[in-house]
Amino acid sequence: MSLTDRELWTTIHGMALGAAFLLAFTGGLAGLYGLRHEWLTHRGLLADLRRLVAGTWIMAILAWLTVIVGTWIVYPWYRAEPPVGKEVDLTQYPRSYLLENPDLAAWHNFGMEWKEHVAWLSPILATAVAYVVLRYGLRLSEAPEVRRAMIVLFTLAFIAAGVAGLFGALITKAAPVF
Amino acid sequence: MSERESAEREVAARPSRTFHNGPAAAAVLAAGVGCAALGIYTFLAESSLAVASFMELSKAVGPLSGKTVFAVLTWLIAWGILHTIWRSRNVNFNAIFVLTLVLVGVGFLLTFPPVFLLFAPEE
Repeated sequence: MSLTDRELWTTIHGMALGAAFLLAFTGGLAGLYGLRHEWLTHRGLLADLRRLVAGTWIMAILAWLTVIVGTWIVYPWYRAEPPVGKEVDLTQYPRSYLLENPDLAAWHNFGMEWKEHVAWLSPILATAVAYVVLRYGLRLSEAPEVRRAMIVLFTLAFIAAGVAGLFGALITKAAPVF
Repeated sequence: MSERESAEREVAARPSRTFHNGPAAAAVLAAGVGCAALGIYTFLAESSLAVASFMELSKAVGPLSGKTVFAVLTWLIAWGILHTIWRSRNVNFNAIFVLTLVLVGVGFLLTFPPVFLLFAPEE
């Protein structure tokens, strides 16, 4: 069993970084939701806070790595133009392959067009949450309006990443980068 | 001494810091500005071939390279400015957050293909 460079990078992008971000979301959300004085002892809050700071920063970093690898390494392979005047196997050029086939064109015109843009909202939102959690720490439990805002932004970051991840998986099935 | 008392002493022993929500509001609003910027740059690049060409910082990546780089720069600059202004202040966080949600909504809306492709020039 072996992976080509392209398969390796698409695996890192979608299955390692992206999937880890999506899976870690639940833990981060639970941490933010549970950061309340009335629910936990101070020691419990301190322990939860350490996990929350680490978790939100890991998620923000994963989100950045996912979009950077996706945009600057994998995407150029996806959108590469086939050479003009030569008979080529279009499956090597996923974007052109999808656009050439009317039954598949929507995967690019809707799926990839949405995915490539909306994914970038996720690291911006996740970084804001990670920063606020790090800066305010336990004091976040005394500012419910700020904590609630973090939960909303965190969820929006997850939705953006989820849309990108879902379409990434579906587009890869229709026209894999290899 | 109970576990709780011990933990409370640990917290109480920390230096007291006045709570200013300004830095949180700056981070939140700047994230909204960054999201809206990505939406606006996407919309502009799809509406104008000249803008799309300007956004093409990398030939391999295409206009997406400029849209994302400029959006990230816009976000960081906005964050820097807002943080400088609000770092020792308390602001109306709820109002800032509502504004942020509107800006994030603009970001989501203008990066949604059925919206931005409405304005794409004919190929």
